[in-house]
Amino acid sequence: MTGEDDPTTGVMTEIRVWRGRAADEGRYDVYRVPYEEGMSVLDALVWVRGHVDSSLAVRYGCVNANACKTCMALVDGQVAYMCTARLTPAGGKVEPLPKRPLIRDLVTDTVPDDEKLDPSGRRE
Amino acid sequence: MYAAIAAARNDASALLLDKSLVGRGGATIIAQMTVAAAIGHEEPDHWTDHLQDTLAAGRELCDEGLARLLCENGPARIFEMDGWGAHWARGADDRIRQVKAPGHGRARCCYVDFLNTGPGVAGTLRRQVSTLDPVRRVSNIAVTDIVVHDGRAVGAVGLDVVSGNVVTFAAKAVVLAAGGLTKIYRRNSASTNMGGEAYALALWAGAELIDMEFVQFFPIAHLAPRLVGMDPIMWDPFRYKLGGRLLNGDFEEFMHRYGGQDSGTYTTVRDQASYAILKEVEAGRGSPHGGVYLDFRHVPDATLRGAFGPVIDRLAHNGIDLTQTPVEVAPTAHYHMGGIRVNGRMETCVPGLYGAGEAVGGANGANRLSGNAITEALVFGECAGREAAAAVAGTPHGWTARAAEGAVERLNGALGATDDSGIPANVLQQRLQTVMWENAGSFRTADQLGRALDGIREIREAPVAVRPTGSYNLDIQDRLELRAMLTTAESVVRAALGRGESRGAHQRLDFPESDERLVGNQVIEMRDGELTARWPAGAGR
Ligand SMILES: Cc1cc2nc3c(=O)[nH]c(=O)nc-3n(C[C@H](O)[C@H](O)[C@H](O)COP(=O)(O)OP(=O)(O)OC[C@H]3O[C@@H](n4cnc5c(N)ncnc54)[C@H](O)[C@@H]3O)c2cc1C
Ligand code: FES
Repeated sequence: MTGEDDPTTGVMTEIRVWRGRAADEGRYDVYRVPYEEGMSVLDALVWVRGHVDSSLAVRYGCVNANACKTCMALVDGQVAYMCTARLTPAGGKVEPLPKRPLIRDLVTDTVPDDEKLDPSGRRE
Repeated sequence: MYAAIAAARNDASALLLDKSLVGRGGATIIAQMTVAAAIGHEEPDHWTDHLQDTLAAGRELCDEGLARLLCENGPARIFEMDGWGAHWARGADDRIRQVKAPGHGRARCCYVDFLNTGPGVAGTLRRQVSTLDPVRRVSNIAVTDIVVHDGRAVGAVGLDVVSGNVVTFAAKAVVLAAGGLTKIYRRNSASTNMGGEAYALALWAGAELIDMEFVQFFPIAHLAPRLVGMDPIMWDPFRYKLGGRLLNGDFEEFMHRYGGQDSGTYTTVRDQASYAILKEVEAGRGSPHGGVYLDFRHVPDATLRGAFGPVIDRLAHNGIDLTQTPVEVAPTAHYHMGGIRVNGRMETCVPGLYGAGEAVGGANGANRLSGNAITEALVFGECAGREAAAAVAGTPHGWTARAAEGAVERLNGALGATDDSGIPANVLQQRLQTVMWENAGSFRTADQLGRALDGIREIREAPVAVRPTGSYNLDIQDRLELRAMLTTAESVVRAALGRGESRGAHQRLDFPESDERLVGNQVIEMRDGELTARWPAGAGR
């Protein structure tokens, strides 16, 4: 991660992020983030956590190698890996995967059932 | 994962916990290069030759027993994984292809095409571990303490990241294989869970660490333009195969100013290259993002494609055309040679507590050869799982809830509190990364290291913001990780202060020479909550 070293171009972009704890009780928060050419949606979300609101929940692992495959979400309505989906100066919208149970914000339940604490898949 | 596999086939049941999803966190999955093992498929080779090369790179500090274990057992792990369907690259003769990486006297580094070694290794182990009934996998558990009772490791306490609940695990033995620490530095090649929690967990449980001053920095990690879908250290094979010139921000060669040479060859050793790059940047001659340029414009397109085929397309996808534009590169924290002190059975000094993988120190001494880290993870994992299974066979559980009380209370306290006035833990993590990068990087002085200790203390005392948000609370995860990162960072700084010489990856600008009296491994331990560094008898000053 090199985010802290980036020379600021002064260009800002906007990212609309779905936030909430239950699928029917969410809202979109809009964040203005410094734009850098080639930046990913995940870069923007990590910036938001580090500069605006650390409580934003997002699941990721390898940051940009696109190896761990844990960072899936809906980017502008399409299923995508947030670490490779590019953000443009025109901005973007990120939402949790619609077909997975919601955990919080952008995090959905993508843990295989046999890797859960309770084998029935239930968590208390 | 290898430890769980080995435990299961030695008649034990194993619980495999990971803060991420099992087999998707950490370094293994992002490693794109090679795995070193003297299997002799490419050319005649023997593990003793591999050992000689490993010891030479370690600058007299390797634990010979551990280095030997790595080199001797590496081939067995490569072949075993081959049987489990690892797609090692093969030649037309069906023999496994091996390349020669710097420091290795033979072509002994196996790989999975194209630049897919780590995902191949992790995927193979993930599949294998999922076929074993005695192994229970649980994802998204962040372990926060090892539980010790009557001097024995008897289990662990952790946070179920998804629910936000505290969970306890009873075990007859615990294998700590939670990876490296490079996330404590601002520039790093790490994935999210590499804040060095393994080292702190070991110290808190009463185990010792060795060689903590030896963090490996990789000189030419990718810096800009933004590159996604690739391992940041991917320029290394480009340099072996194609040369590539290093130029400063004014597009001039500079290596000769620091006693090296470049001119499109790849002969300058890593430490010298890192030093030269950092000095150019310091002198105001860096590239726009604070590194230098790596230039392949003199290499014809056909040659680039011949050597790296699909990777050239992936670069094009990132808007990078090497025939037109140089990329920016800079040194980055990459791997940790030091770690948990273990014997040849992977036992720590705490009975029932084992180490494995990058978290273990000693095998690579003062510097690691490329390709040895994955081998280390495979070999030490297998060894730890097998030894732990043998040691606990027929023994009763030593778990008592009382022994876990302190850790559970501390964790519940962290979860229950609310105080929005402080600084978010991820912001404090960034501060720590800057403190470590500026004062405890590959080139350090006593003054800088003193400032690093001050910085660590200030961050430890800073008020942390705490928000009660229950499920998937990254604030809490960051806070727990920060606590470990601070302990681990302090152990690196204390060890670096204790070694008044330059050797391998530890370069003291105030002690530029090696000192024969310091051939020995410093040990870090925690006594009454304080970290201390000590030299073994016969070494040190
Ligand atoms: C970008 C990159 C490229 C590399 N390339 C190579 C290469 O080509 N060849 C080579 O030999 N080596 C390479 N290395 C080094 C090598 O990948 C690692 O040393 C090795 O994979 C470490 O394996 P491990 O199993 O010990 O740890 P990891 O693979 O890092 O696994 C550690 C696991 O522990 C989990 N964890 C951490 N903390 C906790 C906690 N508190 N509770 C629960 N779980 C936790 C993590 O989520 C992770 O899944 C590379 C490293 C990097 C970063
Ligand atoms: S963060 Fe690993 S694939 Fe996106």
